[in-house]
Amino acid sequence: MSGANMPLLSVEDLHISLTTDAGRFPAVEGVSFSIARGETVGLVGESGCGKSITALSIMGLLRDPLGLAGGKIKLSGQEIQNLPASQLRALRGKRIAMIFQEPMTALNPLKAVGTQIAEMFVLHQGASWREAEAKAVDALTQVKVPAPAQRAKDFPHQLSGGMRQRVMIAIALACEPDLLIADEPTTALDVTVQSEIVDLMKELCAARGTAILMISHDLGLVTDTCKRVCVMYAGRIVEQQDSERIFNSPQHPYTQGLVASLPRLGMRARHGRRRLTEIAGVVPGITSYPAGCRFHPRCTRRTEICETVVPELTALAEGSLVRCHHHG
Amino acid sequence: MAGFIIRRLLQMVPMLVAIALLIFVLFSVIPGSFATGQQDEGLGLDMAVVTRMRQELGLDDPLHVRFGKYVAQLATLDLGISFRSRQPVADMIGARMWPSLILTAAAMGFAIVIGVPLGFVAALRPGSLVDLGLMIVAVSGLSLPKFWLGILLMYLFALTLGWFPSFGYGDGGLYHLTLPAIALGVSPMALLARTTRAAVLDIMNADFVRTARSKGMNEYRVVVWHVLRNALVLVLTTIGLQFGSLLGQGVVVEKLFAWPGIGSLLVDSVFQRDIPAVQGCILVISLFFLVINTSVDIAYKLIDPRIRYN
Repeated sequence: MSGANMPLLSVEDLHISLTTDAGRFPAVEGVSFSIARGETVGLVGESGCGKSITALSIMGLLRDPLGLAGGKIKLSGQEIQNLPASQLRALRGKRIAMIFQEPMTALNPLKAVGTQIAEMFVLHQGASWREAEAKAVDALTQVKVPAPAQRAKDFPHQLSGGMRQRVMIAIALACEPDLLIADEPTTALDVTVQSEIVDLMKELCAARGTAILMISHDLGLVTDTCKRVCVMYAGRIVEQQDSERIFNSPQHPYTQGLVASLPRLGMRARHGRRRLTEIAGVVPGITSYPAGCRFHPRCTRRTEICETVVPELTALAEGSLVRCHHHG
Repeated sequence: MAGFIIRRLLQMVPMLVAIALLIFVLFSVIPGSFATGQQDEGLGLDMAVVTRMRQELGLDDPLHVRFGKYVAQLATLDLGISFRSRQPVADMIGARMWPSLILTAAAMGFAIVIGVPLGFVAALRPGSLVDLGLMIVAVSGLSLPKFWLGILLMYLFALTLGWFPSFGYGDGGLYHLTLPAIALGVSPMALLARTTRAAVLDIMNADFVRTARSKGMNEYRVVVWHVLRNALVLVLTTIGLQFGSLLGQGVVVEKLFAWPGIGSLLVDSVFQRDIPAVQGCILVISLFFLVINTSVDIAYKLIDPRIRYN
């Protein structure tokens, strides 16, 4: 692949296993996707479907009892899944950065937020603490924190949830990474603050050419933010589509269920008064994934084949992918 | 900050009065008295002597009158006169205070300097041989009786190696202090090692440590920049409680090493029913506990910006 077409990140046939006393279980199985430079890709799924650990594996931050069980993670064509710890650390924060769900606990309660941002410049740019603290104030200005010089001296508990998440964004973007992984960045925030944070992330990343991997359980949020969406269910990607199309032509029964369960503006005018539907059943636990298609116990379209044979990812028109025997 | 410290110090006054009342009532309701105790040597009781002593010592007054007198006395820093030695209790305690303080401080210093790093190292390699070894040491340290450990130390370092004297206060220097301090410090050391290990393991799983790793920090920096101070907040509680209670706990070690501390004065006074001395000792030990607790509160505030006591 030539340099221009090479994706920034490509995840190929990723397997992550959970090792317990009862044995090893596949937490993530055969996940593949790629992100081009500056592209925004969403990873959607219910909690426990493996989306967060997929993100952690890209960062090289999987910890026991979770471990990489196969597959490749390539950053600009270079395999990084087996890099020695020191080389991986040099990538972390500098080329791939991550924002976490809960900005209160993700920040050290005993350190001023300015110092926590400044660490990035000390670590990756060899700045002195004095320079780094000054740069941290600039970083706070860029994430639109009012009175940044004063806020830099504040401790996390003195800031609101939205302000704390802005600090997290400032940390993540401090060294202008190529890829920003945002793991449920707005889930812990008030609804009114959520869109501010998402807009800020999009704006800052667009200006820097930073690609975003947005992880969320919220299909609406992801389609608003990202160009492309991967839907995960029980450790597998079941569908990949452009955000524009996924609402109008979801292919996998699970995605169709998700779309049908979302309230959408203008729906009543177009289709008349209808109840929102829910997907029957519950998500299976990692230790008890069903054979065949993992969605089959909850699927309205299941046939015999679904119970035994794992469906392959099938390419559809316009680059969409779906993993279903009876898609469409 | 100054206001906070002054407030905390003033809060100690009512606490001390309450402790004084508690001690006073306690020793007034237990049976037996110094007056009868003195005659109990197989000679039979001379009731005339008992009555005279009870009058002299003011034991015939009603309880509230005696407590009133006692508090008035305390207000002038007078702890009363010992029944037994006829010396002011304040002087007796004063003579014992310094040896006790240096023994307690040295024991606690030993516990902190050894125990906290041990706990840290164990926590950074959970499940490793180092961890296992350290925790065996810690559990043994907690379960060893102090007198037995003291005798072992004496045998090894005093009799066999001759590095330290086997007992005595001497000039109160390190030469005499080392063995009793270790004997007293091993059990808080073991407790601190365990507490530190648990605290560090707890912090290592915190979200902000994951954030630190995601920034690309090496484990050394993760620990020094983010784990250390957070773990210290948790360990400080144990340090405070151990330190506070160590002053009164020294009695076994004091007896063993013939160390002139306040713990042995207290126990001797209890056996002799020397109530003023007992009250004085307990009051001073309580005061020490309060001072340590207050210091810990102040230290918390210095370390943790989230803490407010208003």
